[in-house]
Amino acid sequence: MNATASTSRRILPGFGLSLGFTLTYLGLIVLLPLSAAFLKTAGLTWDEFWTTITAPRVLASYRLSFGASLAAGALNAFFGLLVAWVLVRYPFPGRKLVNALVDLPFALPTAVAGIALTAVYAENGWLGGLLRPLGVKVAFNELGVLVALTFIGLPFVVRTLQPVLEELEPELEEAAATLGASRWQTLRRVIFPELLPPLLTGFALAFARALGEYGSVVFISGNMPMRTEITPLLIITKLEQYDYRGATALAVVMLVASFALLLLINTLQKWSDWRTRS
Amino acid sequence: MAAGFISQLSTTEPAAGAASIRATRDPAWLRYTLLGAALLFLGLFLVVPLAAVFTEALRRGVGAYFAAFADADALAAIKLTFLAAAIAVPSNLVFGVAAAWAIAKFQFPGKSVLITLIDLPFAVSPVISGLVYVLLFGAQGWFGPWLQAHDLKIIFAVPGIVLATIFVTFPFVARELIPLMQAQGTDEELAALTLGASGWQTFWRVTLPNIKWGLLYGVILCNARAMGEFGAVSVVSGHIRGETNTIPLHVEILYNEYNFVAAFAVASLLALLALVTLGLKSLVEWRARQPVRT
Repeated sequence: MNATASTSRRILPGFGLSLGFTLTYLGLIVLLPLSAAFLKTAGLTWDEFWTTITAPRVLASYRLSFGASLAAGALNAFFGLLVAWVLVRYPFPGRKLVNALVDLPFALPTAVAGIALTAVYAENGWLGGLLRPLGVKVAFNELGVLVALTFIGLPFVVRTLQPVLEELEPELEEAAATLGASRWQTLRRVIFPELLPPLLTGFALAFARALGEYGSVVFISGNMPMRTEITPLLIITKLEQYDYRGATALAVVMLVASFALLLLINTLQKWSDWRTRS
Repeated sequence: MAAGFISQLSTTEPAAGAASIRATRDPAWLRYTLLGAALLFLGLFLVVPLAAVFTEALRRGVGAYFAAFADADALAAIKLTFLAAAIAVPSNLVFGVAAAWAIAKFQFPGKSVLITLIDLPFAVSPVISGLVYVLLFGAQGWFGPWLQAHDLKIIFAVPGIVLATIFVTFPFVARELIPLMQAQGTDEELAALTLGASGWQTFWRVTLPNIKWGLLYGVILCNARAMGEFGAVSVVSGHIRGETNTIPLHVEILYNEYNFVAAFAVASLLALLALVTLGLKSLVEWRARQPVRT
């Protein structure tokens, strides 16, 4: 593999052109604009920056954004495992259709998801009307944020688990059974350890996606300061008030969180690949 | 010892076989419970909202539904969305092919860092994707004064919308092609070159046919996101009716004006696009799995 690759570097054409174009395009479209955010905050003193990112209204938005994203990630980890298991293990009529439908949150624009979920969960909506007598308020409440974030993160866990479940050899389970394990022991000791790395990867992906989400949340949350205001919305609010420095300071906090998550996800994926290979 | 173990196994085989079924197959009641729970979850979270879009859109009948599209602002929004996608998708397509060619066919230091950087736009909140362009090209941005001096407008104008769309759809094609081309290696290209084909001939006749399904897959996903993007576009658009509104932004305006039927009617267009995207995606997945005809 390495020998072929080093020969092909000399024989295959287009290395300079393709890499040069890739780096230029990446630099202009992604890296230059992102560095603008960091350089803009460099114009703030540390005190100004700290006061901006720890204002009470901002702290409340972190609590909601991180809390609801974690809860949505956890919900998706649980139901994603269930959906992936059912899709891989139990043949049922319409399985292909259901499988295709799982990707709906990737394909449906977030604004459409936002107004649709609001219509469903408003007090006069299909599900909102059912929940109302129980005293459960979803739309224009923290629960609404959770519902929207669960929707947009739904495919991640299913899609990271599915290939691993499909690759899982039945011999493994048979061997465990032959050695006297009960079904529950087999699940817990043999299957679950295999699924843990992709499950965590899927959870982290869903969490990262939820953290930055804007479109679906703003419609259903009601956007009440200190209560149902997510951090991305606060960035927009500051921008609309021409508070560019404040908006950028918050953006930098979110970017650092996203990059840390990206690093974590890459590490998890490497672990997952390594587990599958060995 | 080994023989003893095997003979022991064979004597207990019937029992082990029964245990094996017990331990590898879930009982029927459990299967139906899990299946029911999974379908209920998907039904509540996916089918119900999707059905709500069409129900709300048709609440006042077909006439009111189509009236939403007769509006000049709606048509302008549809045009702008198509324009932004028509620029963003081909740009990211060319980039994706170039990046995958460099990464999959050659060895160079820093490759894994480059792959991570290409994925970066997916990790960034859409709101921040729009904000960074405001910081560059807005009135108070780095290039703001220069742009104003030359009477050029990027933010609150069409170029900003196109740029934000390119940013959020940046990785789609590249991330489909990189693993695919890495798996395919360089043997076929080397064979073509040895037989006297030029570099471009090799690309068009050998590489492209090999990657066409992956490419199409990436383009379908890229297009869906390009047409549906909301957050990033919302920051750079300025929401000027008939000028800088895309379809998702038009939906937001109608919704905030309590014009719900029109909002859901226009949204149903995007929902249809999502369903077509899912259909095409499944088709391409199915087609890519078919054995190559010779």
